[in-house]
Amino acid sequence: MTPAIKVRQVCKHYGDVCALADINLEIDQGEFFALLGPNGAGKTTLISIIAGLSRASSGAVCIMGCDVITQYQAARRMLGVVPQELVFDPFFTVRETLVIQSGYYGIKHNDDWIDEIIHHLDLSDKAHTNMRALSGGMKRRVLVAQALVHKPPVIILDEPTAGVDVTLRQALWDFIRRLNRNGHTIILTTHYLEEAEVLCNRIAMLKQGRIVALDSIQNLVSNCGCHSIRLRLSPDTLPSELQKQFISYTDGYHLLKINAYSEIESVLTILRESGLQVLEMKILQSDLEEVFVNIMKHGKAAPI
Amino acid sequence: MTGFVTLLQKEILRFLKVGLQTIFAPIVATLLYLLIFFHVLSEHVEVYPEIAYTQFLIPGLIMMAIVQNAFANSSSSLIQSKMSGNIVFVLLSPLSYQEIFFAYILASVVRGLIVGIGVYLITLFFFEIPLHFPLWAILFAVIGSSMLGALGLLAGISAEKVDQMAAFQNFIILPLTLLSGVFYTVQSLPVIWQLISQFNPFFYVIDGFRYGFLGVSEVSPYKSLTIVSICFLVISLITIQILKTGYKLRN
Repeated sequence: MTPAIKVRQVCKHYGDVCALADINLEIDQGEFFALLGPNGAGKTTLISIIAGLSRASSGAVCIMGCDVITQYQAARRMLGVVPQELVFDPFFTVRETLVIQSGYYGIKHNDDWIDEIIHHLDLSDKAHTNMRALSGGMKRRVLVAQALVHKPPVIILDEPTAGVDVTLRQALWDFIRRLNRNGHTIILTTHYLEEAEVLCNRIAMLKQGRIVALDSIQNLVSNCGCHSIRLRLSPDTLPSELQKQFISYTDGYHLLKINAYSEIESVLTILRESGLQVLEMKILQSDLEEVFVNIMKHGKAAPI
Repeated sequence: MTGFVTLLQKEILRFLKVGLQTIFAPIVATLLYLLIFFHVLSEHVEVYPEIAYTQFLIPGLIMMAIVQNAFANSSSSLIQSKMSGNIVFVLLSPLSYQEIFFAYILASVVRGLIVGIGVYLITLFFFEIPLHFPLWAILFAVIGSSMLGALGLLAGISAEKVDQMAAFQNFIILPLTLLSGVFYTVQSLPVIWQLISQFNPFFYVIDGFRYGFLGVSEVSPYKSLTIVSICFLVISLITIQILKTGYKLRN
């Protein structure tokens, strides 16, 4: 199957500054993919290159098999982008904006679909309101609606929930999830890692213009080596063999670092051999946030 | 074709929605020029034999309004879209660079012609204006406004700030239009200014347009047409090339 997005050896330089260095990435059709990284890591630059808003210094990008430079019209028809900034045309109402946007994609009579997206994004009351008069959250919804007017198979959302209240965030994700279930490929950037963890199958982490991790969330979390095990022991002393794994001790609980679940067995063996009794044990699983912090600190993912 | 038509409609709607500023105000400003120069100069100047000064002045003023508004339309639309960021909707769309070019130019032509026709119709109430060769007049109005629409697009793409655009408008477009023989014939100028005026493409736009009304002109309308067409072509090729490479817009 043709990948939804294929990025091959993409570099981007601004003068001497290297914004992206040799990015290779393949996103399959139907994936819910997250692009994560601190501010300035190159996420928006990469999205801009995919969307044709910026040109790569070298390398190539294809959307559903169409090159974004040589087949730009076909490529852009396949793609819907929700930009990060709240941009809008102050001359028009919500509905006019969507009709115009449809026209840009060569779609003349798009009223049924426009009505449907207006309804799903809860914009019905505001359909005839000028864009200027909308709140930030409402403008954000219109941006999402604009990205969907041409029913693109691939949708990119650049920090769609930044500064958006909880209700809208929930509604937005429900809607996006439904689009994904209907076969749309979704790529998002977000600073809310728990969102990415709940929604996405696979993520790429960018740091200083390079991909430092690219895997399923499950693999990243289980391979990151940042699990821990919390123990209450009797007597309350930790054997010297386990000191190298020691993290902290509070209120009678020892916290030990384990790199993989398989190490639990050896920890228990050491405890048994030392004649210690385990009164309580809890395995603390790391989450994406810890993985993220860990990877950003060390510059690369744990060996996979 | 739908994409092009939509962008054209959007660009026309954009200026119609603020018609007070984009249509009505320039018509009033042009009529004020007419009022002032009519009172000051009408009894002192005879440009061509048998032709009243107002008959000479009015076609020039109409053309001045057309070119200034054609330039203002594409340049302000583009710089506003760039400043507010909504240019992204055009850039994300599959519109080809030719479609973008022609939609902006045509919208500029439409605005220029609406203002020009507005001035013409109002002056018809008060003055008798001959119209010897309407096709020549229309031809120069369309090519002149196309040229300025393209120049406005070029300036809108290149300018990074609103004040750069204002500088372009005030230091290049305004002097070139005012010094193009709207209010006088170039032949009445000192030799050095005559020479300089020969390099002002706006002079040929105005002179050719005026030929359509008066049937007389300072240079042959064919020569004017050739020069204006070449200027339009050169500006268009540069602008299309810039749109194609994405200079400033896709960066």
